[in-house]
This record gives sequence, C-alpha cells and structure tokens, in this order.
Amino acid sequence: MTTIEFDRARVDAVTAEGEVRILHDTTLRLAEHRVAVIGANGSGKSTLARLVNGLVAPTGGRVLVDGRDVAEHGRAIRRRVAFCFADPATQIVMPTAIEDVALSVRRRHRRPADRLAAATAVLHDFGLAGLEHRSVHALSGGQRQLLAIAGVLATDPAILVADEPTTLLDLRNARHIGDVLMTLSQQLVLVTHDLELAARCDRAILLEAGRVVADGPPAQVIDTYRRLP
Amino acid sequence: MSSAGVAGAAYRPGDSFLHRMPAGTKLAALTLIGAMATIWRSAATSTILATCALGLYLTTRPGRRTAARTARRVLVVPVIVGMYQVWQRGWDHGVAVSGNLIGILLLATVLATVTSIDEMLDTITRLVRPLRHLGLQPELVAFAFSLMMRSLPATLETARETRQAAQARGLERDVRALLIPLAIRTVARARATGQAIHARNLMDPVDDGRTSRVRSGARP
Repeated sequence: MTTIEFDRARVDAVTAEGEVRILHDTTLRLAEHRVAVIGANGSGKSTLARLVNGLVAPTGGRVLVDGRDVAEHGRAIRRRVAFCFADPATQIVMPTAIEDVALSVRRRHRRPADRLAAATAVLHDFGLAGLEHRSVHALSGGQRQLLAIAGVLATDPAILVADEPTTLLDLRNARHIGDVLMTLSQQLVLVTHDLELAARCDRAILLEAGRVVADGPPAQVIDTYRRLP
Repeated sequence: MSSAGVAGAAYRPGDSFLHRMPAGTKLAALTLIGAMATIWRSAATSTILATCALGLYLTTRPGRRTAARTARRVLVVPVIVGMYQVWQRGWDHGVAVSGNLIGILLLATVLATVTSIDEMLDTITRLVRPLRHLGLQPELVAFAFSLMMRSLPATLETARETRQAAQARGLERDVRALLIPLAIRTVARARATGQAIHARNLMDPVDDGRTSRVRSGARP
C-alpha cells in the first residue's frame, strides 16, 4: 500500500477579508487501504484531499506520496494519484462514455483498436457495458459517476482521492457507488458526508475549521463528529 | 454537461461510406469546401452547397428530434446574419452568406456525426506532428482542439441554463442577469475543466511503447 504524508502542511487563501487559513498545520501519515475524511462544510476536507495530487499547493509544509514531494514531482504524482470530483460533469470531457475512457488510455495504447478494446473492458468492469456509445448527457447520475471513476481508474493509479462522490446521488446510486469504491484495489482517500460509507473505511479523520480534531477508527471518529456542537 | 459536438451533433457509430472514410479526408474536404464557398460566393453556389449539405445530412438518418434540434442550431445565426445582409446589401448577398453558413454548419454536423472524437484526435495529432520540431506537442494540440469542439455546445448549454434561471426570477429582460452569470459560469466551467484535466493527468506527454495494462479492481 502506498503512503501519503502531510508534514505540517497548511493552506492559506486570500479573500476579500484578507488572508484566511483554510488548513492549519497538519501532520498525518496515511497508509491504510481506505481512509475517510469527514467534517462540516468548509472544514477543509476538500483542500486536504486536493493537496494529495497537487490540485492545491500547500502554502507551508510538504505533502509526500511514497516519500516524494508532490510539489517537486507533480507529473509522477499525478500518475499515481487519481482524483474524482463530486460532480462527474466536471470530470467527463468527451461526448460518449467510450470516448471519455479512451481518452484516459491514449497514453498507453497507440493503436485506436487497442484503445477501444481497453476502454470497452474498463466500461464492462464498471457495469457500463452496453452504454459505450451513449451520450454522457443521457446517462443517469449514478452511471455518470461510475463513468467518472472508470475514467480516472483506467489510468491505473495507485491511489484514488474521491471528493464527495455520492453527494449528488440518490440513495440507491449512492450505495452502488459506495460498494464500488469499497471493492477497489487502489488506496482510497474518501471525502464524504455519508457517515455510513465512512464507517466502512479502515480509518477516519475529522476536520473542524481547518484542523484535525479526531483521527482513528471510524466508529470513534464518527461518534466524536456527532457530539460536536 | 452537454454531450454534443459541433452544431449539437453527437457521434453515432455506423458503417456508412461516410463512417468508413478516413477522418483526414473528411476534414480536408470540409476545409476545401469552406474555402471555395468563401472565394466563389454567389446566391446560386451557396444554394447548391446548402442543398447538397442537407442531402448529405439526411444520409446520416437523424431522428425527427435530432433533425429539429440541428435545424434550430444551424438556422438561427445564418438567418439573422442573412436578414442583416439582405437589408444592407440586397437579396443576392443575403442568400449567398446565409446559404454558405447553413451549408458549412450542416457539413460540420455531418462530420461530427460520422467521426468519433478519438479518430479526430488521431488525425489532428498526425497533421500537426511535423510541428513538433517547433516545440508543439501534437497530442496536446489535438486535445485542445477536441476541448474547443466540446466547449461550444457546453457554453450554449450554460447560456440556456442562465436564461432559465433569470426567467425563474422574473429577470429575463435584464441583460445583466443574463450576461454576468453567463460570464462567471463560463469561467467557472473552464476552471473546473482545467482541474479535471489536471486530475486525470491528461496534459502530460504520452509515453511510447508501454504495454497495456488496465486494472480497475472493481466488479460492480
């Protein structure tokens, strides 16, 4: 399993009110298969997640993936760390399901036929067989989120960071996506408001106002979260 | 998000002669016809162009709804421009300009309908490969082209949503309520797309010669 380390990582942002600290000095070492990050809106969860693959750069401190600094080894880290957004529409850049996954596998497959075969196999793996040529606009919310996850995992990353992947979904689709995430072989950093899903992880981290206020077994951390004022 | 390509057309797989024709040939033909239509512009030639393009479009067998949607997108701007030209420079010029626009837009729609973006990316990559000596990365140029193709209908979709939002608040006649949110949402969409490209690692140079290995680990 890969290791993600936050070494006194902090993030400041300039707003109309002046400089605001979004994430205070954070030191963590994540080596578990599935790590849930929970907390209220604006607590710094997404910022913490975005630090892992360089979508956000730390203002101070370092973030390391397998001992390599994300700020210095951006390209190599991006190949190791995939990121999935809450809204799949943000992430899907091609008009049909197969074209979107084929875009992800272009790097590895030079021949169009190989690309299509690989993309078809990925879609099949994610339960999207038969929807290859369907417009992404015509897919259901759950299918679109599956496609977004398939698109990033097709690049064969070691880590998947998922930022509230079930937030926009109904109960059935949220459960389905949750099940898919829990069966992945990749290390998973899961930012979520879904406490049932968080409870299925190996470790949970609770953020409050940009600080880690609880860290440990999900049941304990969720209990702490529920008791927060 | 919009799934449509040029003029609202989405790729439809098939085995027609247009599907089988190499994407480079289709792209070259469209460019050539566009150039010729601009050079030899007359009411007669543009009418012939628009009629032939319509015939070609019908060979793609669009459904009634698709055809209606295409008609809306293909006709609105040319008709407005054509009317302006009729008013300014007479019937001949108006018909020539609007006919050319309709013809080219229909041909572009046909191209998008019978050519997958993947095929288009390969073609553009091949076309710009000689320019790599100037520091251009062919894969990135092709990818930027495909993003541009996608961004046009996506921006139209954003405009439609913005108009609906303004209508819901009774502000449909307020230009600020239309333009300011449209500008903000378009920039936000561009930012989000940039983040997605970064997150999906799509902008890094392509490796050559690596073997295939797709691993998902998921069996939903």
